[in-house]
Amino acid sequence: MNEARSNILQRLRDNAINAAPSQPAMKTLRWNTEERIARFCERQAAVHGEVHRLDSSQWRNWLVSELPKRGLQRVLTGTGEIGRQLAATDLQGLSLARFEDPIEDWKSALFGQVDVAITSARCAIAETGSLVLWPDADEPRLMSLVPPVHIALLRAESIYQTFGELIEAEQWSKQMPTNALLISGPSKTADIEQTLAYGIHGPRKLITLILNSPEPGVWHE
Amino acid sequence: MNQSKALHQRIEKALHDDQLRRNFRAAMDGIRARRAEQFPEDAELQALRDETRDIRADSLARQAELLEKLETRLTENGIQVHWAETPEQANALVFGILEAEGARSVVKGKSMVSEETELNRYLETRGIEVIESDLGEYIIQMAHEPPSHIVAPAIHKNRIEVAELFRDHHPEQPYTEDIDELTGTARTVLREKFANADAGISGVNFAVAETGTLCLVENEGNGRLSTTAPRIHIAITGIEKVVDRLADIPPLLEILTKSATGQPITTYFNMISGPRQPGEKDGPEQVHLVLLDNGRSRIRLDDELLDTLRCIRCGACMNHCPVYVHVGGHAYGTVYPGPIGIVLEPQRLGLDQVGSLTSACSLCGACGEVCPVKIPLPKLINRLRAEAVTPRDEEGKMHGPGSLRKPGEAIAWKLWKLLYASPRLHRLFTRMATRLRWLAPGRIAPWTDYRTAPKLARRSLAERARQEGFERE
Repeated sequence: MNEARSNILQRLRDNAINAAPSQPAMKTLRWNTEERIARFCERQAAVHGEVHRLDSSQWRNWLVSELPKRGLQRVLTGTGEIGRQLAATDLQGLSLARFEDPIEDWKSALFGQVDVAITSARCAIAETGSLVLWPDADEPRLMSLVPPVHIALLRAESIYQTFGELIEAEQWSKQMPTNALLISGPSKTADIEQTLAYGIHGPRKLITLILNSPEPGVWHE
Repeated sequence: MNQSKALHQRIEKALHDDQLRRNFRAAMDGIRARRAEQFPEDAELQALRDETRDIRADSLARQAELLEKLETRLTENGIQVHWAETPEQANALVFGILEAEGARSVVKGKSMVSEETELNRYLETRGIEVIESDLGEYIIQMAHEPPSHIVAPAIHKNRIEVAELFRDHHPEQPYTEDIDELTGTARTVLREKFANADAGISGVNFAVAETGTLCLVENEGNGRLSTTAPRIHIAITGIEKVVDRLADIPPLLEILTKSATGQPITTYFNMISGPRQPGEKDGPEQVHLVLLDNGRSRIRLDDELLDTLRCIRCGACMNHCPVYVHVGGHAYGTVYPGPIGIVLEPQRLGLDQVGSLTSACSLCGACGEVCPVKIPLPKLINRLRAEAVTPRDEEGKMHGPGSLRKPGEAIAWKLWKLLYASPRLHRLFTRMATRLRWLAPGRIAPWTDYRTAPKLARRSLAERARQEGFERE
């Protein structure tokens, strides 16, 4: 189909058109961390997302006490820091699986035998209430998608104001990961009578744990 | 049957379908209100429209360069790029990839370009199972119908109709007319498809040249599943979707979701820049992009009509179109309905095929006011109307200019022009017409099918003015 390629490109060049160079504008906001958190929570609430603020030492306790109340027993983590720390925690009856093997080896178990997946969020966007995930070898893409509940750990100081600001600050244009995601609430649809229904294909429930941590870094106390 | 007659029959049918009209009315009222809520400040909206219009126009001007850049980056990232001039080529490319990999089952995310190419039918006749996984698309796949809206494909169906489709196709599932429960049923039946499909097919909302990134906008997660769970992902898109910079994406994404569904952002914004890397445990092993022209490069020939290509497929034009709201998407008989369909389809398929669509417009201007990238839709519709009745000798930019010209109509307008160019003739005519008004027909079909025939006044306004002494005012 190289002929198609050269024909198309030729036609585009033959049919030249003019336009002024464009320059996307950057929004100017001045939100401090608390304002960013407030906006993030407000946007998440508007789309049925659940948000809790915890001290960075509290997230494991929160899971151990909250998950059983919600009937969530089978927990999936990645192979990174969160998984390691949970593995070293007394989970009081919760069962813990780690995403260690390629998906092909256990696809049906992932689709049918996990109640909740716990991942980190790289950062977040306050304006739209979006979690930003870069799935990788430690925290694969399907973790935030297939289990019925997704819990994301977000550092309080890692919330950007806008998507544009994030792209520029982290210089995304230099190098993109294989998959980057903005997640703004649980899966939803309005395809029947324009009526919102949650949990059509992805998680029915999205819970964000915002961790206040004095020092930047991982999920250590 | 000629195209005009067929169009009128479809419209007639839609207008007599009370259920259909109620479904559209309710849906469109809701969606308009939600969009309006997202743009409380008109000045901000207009600034964003100008910005995104400029980005799209600039991208189109540099399209050849950007497509090459996109291809280079995607290839570096490990995504295979394919080019197709025609729907047949695109379908053959997709089938070729599936066949080479022995893939027998496909889950699909929503893609209007695949509707253009009728990809599902092509694959199904070659023995591939294709499952649409967007809830709306799945509903109309069960009903064997095309989408009636480019964003909300099953908007013409109400919950009872959807419930009956699920009952007929999934008798093993409990019958329900509750929307939450129906959604649960869809989740159950489609999960198994996601887990077992060999390949996923998706559309693309934006393709970013500088990073080699395919962007997908969705709420359900079916797009992510289709592009992540199977071992092969094939994306198919029109060549106009390319933009240069990643920084172009935030404004485009914002105006797309706000215009389309009145959401500040969708649940998922999925940016794919490569297949599964060594060490990664999921994601497709192969990612392909099929770039389809299908008449798009020809649209650029015309300085005015090329604005059509800026479209980001939000559907706001149809949501705000009084004709669309009354007749729904199927009445148009084309892949893209509504104002953008009226403008795009005659350029794609020829005025001789679908030019009469241009009459499905009241020229109210609403579509032009809401278009996020400021496509002057009313002006383009008017332009195409003129093209459709103006014969041209030269090899045209569009198929079938002048094909809707009617000799009677042409003579009538010639006479009108003659009358209005000569004060003497015009005076004589209006004098005669008002004196002989009893001869005016009482029935002028189809106008008088629904309305009273207009009556001529006893005297023309000009004549009365003269009598009242306004002669030289």
